[in-house]
Amino acid sequence: MSEPLVRIAAVGKSFGATRVLDGVDLDVNRGEVVTIIGPSGSGKTTLLRCVNALETYDEGSVRVDGVEVGFRDGEAGRRPRRDRELSRIRAATGMVFQLFYLFPHLTAVENVMLGLRKVRRLGKAEARERALHWLDRVGLASRVDALPSQLSGGQQQRVGIARAVAMDPKVLLLDEITSALDPELVGEVLAVVRRLADDGMTMLVVTHEMGFAREVSDQVAFIDNGRIVQHGDPESVLRNPSGDRLRAFLSRVS
Amino acid sequence: MTGLETVLRALPSLWGGLAVTLEASALSVAFALIGGVLLGTALVFGPWPLRLPIRGLVDLIRGIPVLVLIFFVYYVGPAAGLRLGNFAAAILALSLFSASQVAEITRGAISSVHHGQMEAARAIGLTFPQRLIWVIFPQATRRFLPPWINSVTDTVKGSALISLVGIVDLMLSIQQVIGRTYDPMPFYILGALIYLAINYSLSSASRHLEARFAYVAT
Amino acid sequence: MPYHFNFGLIWRHFDRLGWGLALSLELSVLAAAIGTVLGLAMAIAHVSGGRAVRTAIGAYVECIRNIPLLLLVYLVFYGIPSVVNLQYSAMTSFIVTLSVYYAAYLVEVFRAGLLAVSRGLTDAGKAIGLTAWQRLLYVRLPVMFRIVLPSLSNTFVSLFKDTSVASVLAVPELTYGAQWINNNTFRVIEVYMIVTPMYVATGYAILFLLRQFERRLAIR
Repeated sequence: MSEPLVRIAAVGKSFGATRVLDGVDLDVNRGEVVTIIGPSGSGKTTLLRCVNALETYDEGSVRVDGVEVGFRDGEAGRRPRRDRELSRIRAATGMVFQLFYLFPHLTAVENVMLGLRKVRRLGKAEARERALHWLDRVGLASRVDALPSQLSGGQQQRVGIARAVAMDPKVLLLDEITSALDPELVGEVLAVVRRLADDGMTMLVVTHEMGFAREVSDQVAFIDNGRIVQHGDPESVLRNPSGDRLRAFLSRVS
Repeated sequence: MTGLETVLRALPSLWGGLAVTLEASALSVAFALIGGVLLGTALVFGPWPLRLPIRGLVDLIRGIPVLVLIFFVYYVGPAAGLRLGNFAAAILALSLFSASQVAEITRGAISSVHHGQMEAARAIGLTFPQRLIWVIFPQATRRFLPPWINSVTDTVKGSALISLVGIVDLMLSIQQVIGRTYDPMPFYILGALIYLAINYSLSSASRHLEARFAYVAT
Repeated sequence: MPYHFNFGLIWRHFDRLGWGLALSLELSVLAAAIGTVLGLAMAIAHVSGGRAVRTAIGAYVECIRNIPLLLLVYLVFYGIPSVVNLQYSAMTSFIVTLSVYYAAYLVEVFRAGLLAVSRGLTDAGKAIGLTAWQRLLYVRLPVMFRIVLPSLSNTFVSLFKDTSVASVLAVPELTYGAQWINNNTFRVIEVYMIVTPMYVATGYAILFLLRQFERRLAIR
């Protein structure tokens, strides 16, 4: 496979007069963990959300496994994808959110089963089996019938991870998944993510957890004002930062 | 167009009915405002021997349909010894209905003013009436106005039911005109437009007032 | 002037009140069901539709909510058959009127509820690949219902109280029963002393039941 699993090329996006993304290039190869770091407002979450079309981009290209995410080729050039097409593309990626966004009216196992039944079209028994398997893998076998309101933040986030991973996505998108957690709950969530990375899951991660970035990532990219300012392996970016902005950012966060 | 002609010729009788509707609504709204605000304030600040019966009364009246309340006052009033004419009975019923709504709105509006305001006012030495007038009520007013305008439009709509106890309001005038002309639809539409005009201008005024009071935080 | 209470006459005709209340409840349930379907459809259309749809629904809501129910009842029962070749019973006419009337209130309730569903939840639905229709059915509507249940309860109790207006069309519900007894026995104080608590108690019973339902949904 010559082309990376996720190929982001010259992506640009403006919000009115503000240039949120300004010519971003980033590749994620199969099995790689790429971490994006940067100050707030730098565009890192917007970039992540372009990969599963939760945000649109104006210029450039975002391809997941060779398929352009935001646009479809037509006779008169490319046009934005419609909701039905997007549903299929989004099923190939999985996302875990900072604020979990578990469906409050469904139990943990039902949360994980929803996508399996309605998008993957699995039967009830098979979906339940898969859901239980993944809830067990994230350490929540004893809480499968709990509602989100009955779970701690860390537990809810692990359900969120199970919900995303159970769909068997090609790439997992993690959007600051520990930022809203109490410090003592962060560890259990990161442990799960580490295990997934070890098992070969391709991941694109936005995070403030520098320790995680250092230990688990294959690549780290520093984004500032909508463009990637520095990019490389964790050692060179985090231990030996070049550039004032990156140095300033790291000293604030570490 | 004879249709239009009929409508135009009937207008004078409708004006009379409209005047009665406006008068009944205005009186009920006025009585309800005074009574309701007093009761609502008592519900927040009063001692429990006062709060409990007021709560009971308000909840009782709010559980009765307006029409039943009107019939109740109209028929039971005289039988129980109250000397009431048609119109007075109708006003009493409408006022009771509206006052119970206003009491609840007042209670909600006052309760929503932050507890700290009362303490700060006490701390600078204002007496209880002063605290109410200068600190609590001005802030509660913003929470009070939109639902209160709502209850005013409810009163105007409720006033249509007094036609069922023989008061010649707009609703009954329309019925009487239809009785003469045998052409219901144009007059029902006209009636709808008139009620719409009254209530829609009230709710527009409410939105306008809401914007004016927006400077009060929260 | 002393009033001699005579409840015996009331009890003799109590079936008019008992069955009247049953009919009031029947009218309420039917109008609530139809009104909910109408109101929900319009709310969904309003939230997802274009300018034309939103203006039309807005006009409908404003017109209905600002006129008295009594006027609408007369308009539907007397007015419409005079211009269109349609015939229907008083009960049918009233149910349709009450449904249309309350649909206008329910549109606002459901609209506010739909807008209150956090965008994050719809994002999560998108992220697992649900289509717009699936997100509406499996995420937005279930969450919306739990949000609006309190408002919905209050609206349904108002609806129940407004069934009293059916009495003007001689539909034999509770208020009509009370007036019948009043006109035929003149025991006006007794009959209203019985009918008033019947309305109040039933209204609070409905609220209580719906609150239980609310609690069940939250815990499941």
